[in-house]
Amino acid sequence: MNNFWRRLPIVRQLRQSVGLQRGMLIAGVTITGFFILVAVLAPLLAPYGFSQLKDADGTFGAQVPPGGKHLLGTTVGGYDVLSRVIWGSQTALEVIVVAVLLSIFVGVILGLVSGYIGGWLDRTLVVIADAVYAFPTLLLAIVAAIAISGGQSSLWGGVFAAAISITVVYIPQYFRVIRAETLRIKQEAYVESAKVIGSSTGRIMFRHVLRNATRTIPLIFTLNSSDAVLTLAGLGFLGFGIEPTAAAEWGYDLNRSISDVTSGIWWTSVFPGVAIVLVVLGITLVGESLNDLADPRLRTRRRADVLPSPTAVTSVAPGGSPLDADLAVDALEGRA
Amino acid sequence: MSRVVDIENLEVTFATDGGNVVAVDDVTLSVDSGEVLAIVGESGSGKTVTAKTILGLLPETATTRGAIVLNGTDVIGLSPEKLRAIRGVDVAMVFQEPSTALNPVFTVGWQIAEGLRAHGRLSRGAARAKAIDILGRVGIPEPEKRVDYYPHQFSGGQKQRVVIAMALVLEPELIVADEPTTALDVTVQAEILDLLRRCRDEFGAAIILITHNMGVVADLADRVAVMFDGKVVEEATAEALFSKPQHPYTQRLLAAVPRIGTGGARAAARVADRVASGTTNTAAPVVVARDLVIEYPGRFGRSGFRAVDSVNFSISPGEVLGLVGESGSGKTTIGRAIGGLTKITGGSLRVLGHEMLGIRERSFKPVRSDIGFVFQDPASSFNPLLTIAECVAEPLIVHGRARDAASARPRADELLEAVQLPRAYGDRYPHELSGGQRQRASLARSLALEPSLLIADEPTSALDVSVQARVLELFAELQKQFGFAALFISHDLAVVDMLSDRIAVLWQGRLVEEGTGDEVLGAPKHPYTQRLLASLPVPDPVEQAQRREQLRLLRQND
Repeated sequence: MNNFWRRLPIVRQLRQSVGLQRGMLIAGVTITGFFILVAVLAPLLAPYGFSQLKDADGTFGAQVPPGGKHLLGTTVGGYDVLSRVIWGSQTALEVIVVAVLLSIFVGVILGLVSGYIGGWLDRTLVVIADAVYAFPTLLLAIVAAIAISGGQSSLWGGVFAAAISITVVYIPQYFRVIRAETLRIKQEAYVESAKVIGSSTGRIMFRHVLRNATRTIPLIFTLNSSDAVLTLAGLGFLGFGIEPTAAAEWGYDLNRSISDVTSGIWWTSVFPGVAIVLVVLGITLVGESLNDLADPRLRTRRRADVLPSPTAVTSVAPGGSPLDADLAVDALEGRA
Repeated sequence: MSRVVDIENLEVTFATDGGNVVAVDDVTLSVDSGEVLAIVGESGSGKTVTAKTILGLLPETATTRGAIVLNGTDVIGLSPEKLRAIRGVDVAMVFQEPSTALNPVFTVGWQIAEGLRAHGRLSRGAARAKAIDILGRVGIPEPEKRVDYYPHQFSGGQKQRVVIAMALVLEPELIVADEPTTALDVTVQAEILDLLRRCRDEFGAAIILITHNMGVVADLADRVAVMFDGKVVEEATAEALFSKPQHPYTQRLLAAVPRIGTGGARAAARVADRVASGTTNTAAPVVVARDLVIEYPGRFGRSGFRAVDSVNFSISPGEVLGLVGESGSGKTTIGRAIGGLTKITGGSLRVLGHEMLGIRERSFKPVRSDIGFVFQDPASSFNPLLTIAECVAEPLIVHGRARDAASARPRADELLEAVQLPRAYGDRYPHELSGGQRQRASLARSLALEPSLLIADEPTSALDVSVQARVLELFAELQKQFGFAALFISHDLAVVDMLSDRIAVLWQGRLVEEGTGDEVLGAPKHPYTQRLLASLPVPDPVEQAQRREQLRLLRQND
């Protein structure tokens, strides 16, 4: 059981890291974990509904300063800021999940097939991927938003608009990474050895290549997520987002608070803004530190500044000595 | 004789993911001027780390203790500034892989001058003149012209000459040569060893030679230090070490080195066995090549590269054919063609009764169960995410002999035992095995379907000598037990001699000589075979000196 925990992705990296890299990873994991927790528990945490304008004591009133009944004040539309921020995390999480699920499957499959089979299929897919690269995300998102919702704004219309535009842009990213890894792995001796055994192409692709090619996925995954959040916020800010009655959305709240900024009403813009920044920062920190830790050249280790204790293992390569090759392997195993 | 470098109680520790590892443990060595000290050891013995410490080239994760006194200054703990002043002037380094030690976008003249200008105010012209001079002295023909060549315009051996020229140009008192000939072919190796000998005699440099090859040591070294597990276990003059090795490890190391001329008896015994058991060579051969041509397509407009050029040979059932050749001779291409990994472009190649010219994968697939393949690099020939048992079970599953890895497990265990690996190793992942163990597992996988033909492509060239000896022995045993025919590909004549019934020598895509081990190695007819044989250094300084003379005569005759 203990061993199982140590092998889990983030847990393993946490044990491996030291110093600044460990700090970055812990900060990132904490922020991201907090965000997910808030999103899931939004109905319990939020004091009011996201579209609630009044309670038993009457309407909230517009632009009420923080304090009293409204911990973070109310917006120009009369919504409770704290509730909007908390409910907004749920919308953001939905966009992340939909965007990542859509792009990861299509991108990985296309990259694998394109890289392994090659030929004209590969060339065509690479050209298309390059063309999509050149397409601006936000413009695509606006087009998708109009097409999907048909002018009406709804929760899932807004979520899918952001998710689909992110998907279209991120498929080429997954595609490129998986294709490059596949091309590399195709040359490895274990793929050739599967070929001389007589394995079918499908078996080689999915059993031998796919799992070895997914090493860098977590990194794009984090980029993909933070971009999804930013695009959703951008859509909302431009007015193509979700109506406040359908769901809470940070970009929309920022848009509504533009005029407040110059009149000294700070609470309507700062809190949704901080929420966006924190989520993106948290996810990016996780991605960055995973990236550094995955690369042995970037990974920092504790320096051996104490005199080696007698228990230190002296053998460097397990195969180095004919005498105790087996012993050395056992020693390595024991430490792992 | 003056002392050039004194290494005292050197200790190097690396911080790794798995805790601290002591790579060099209390090593004390010294080198006098005009002397060649060879540090010998197998991978992981700490020989390279010791040498790199002299130049302060260790990565950040290393912690060093002890003293390295180079011309009166202790190198350890020196500031980067001062280290830079020492490098090149007092001590220079020759790297293993000449093609990566040279920067491909600058001319070799520029790269030599860079070292000169880093250590003194030298005009461009003077630096160039010096570069031309040194290139001529290391034996590059037409140095005035070739000083402006880029690295890719030189052959591998010439590139190593350029690297040595770069090391020599500031006339350092000590040259550290880290496996300077490992990446080179054996005929080129002999030339580079000659050049290093001249570095000592003409330039008066002391050399620390790091190598795992006992033949190279016998050829060049004055004194030898044997390292094992980070410690120096034996230090002696070359003559004393080879004639009377003291430490048991040294004795075992020397005994493990394959020597030419031991294979004849084995081959005769195998033939006798076959005659006795009734399987004679009258049966149809498993592989027949007639005027075999394999071409790699060229780029736009250029003609293709002919890797194999009208080669004829055949392999009878139960026979081991050794294929020898240097890099680029086409030996691996032939092996891959027989395994169906490379398409043949001309002539005829019949494998187990199937013509390979224009064969389709679908019709070849059933034949694959009768062919085993052992790859060169044990590090990459296993899928890192599958356990050894799963890897060994793959061929059984693919050919429908087992439903999944679990039901194939008993058979996988049997196979692992056949290659002398404990059953429990089946549950390990490839990276948890050593190179030799992995290569044995690779043998187990190739034998899973009891093939009648096994192709072994340099199966031991990535292994240490002592491990190589065990793998070769195992190969011979399994061959006797299973009776498969084999194509054994290697660049090492001695290894091929140990295992093969017949030996074929390839040179630039052509088969120049073929015959039994006694014929090819005892009385070689083709001049290339003669040179190849004479270039192979033997682990005996006295005999090697004679062979060197022989090779010199051969070269003069060319």
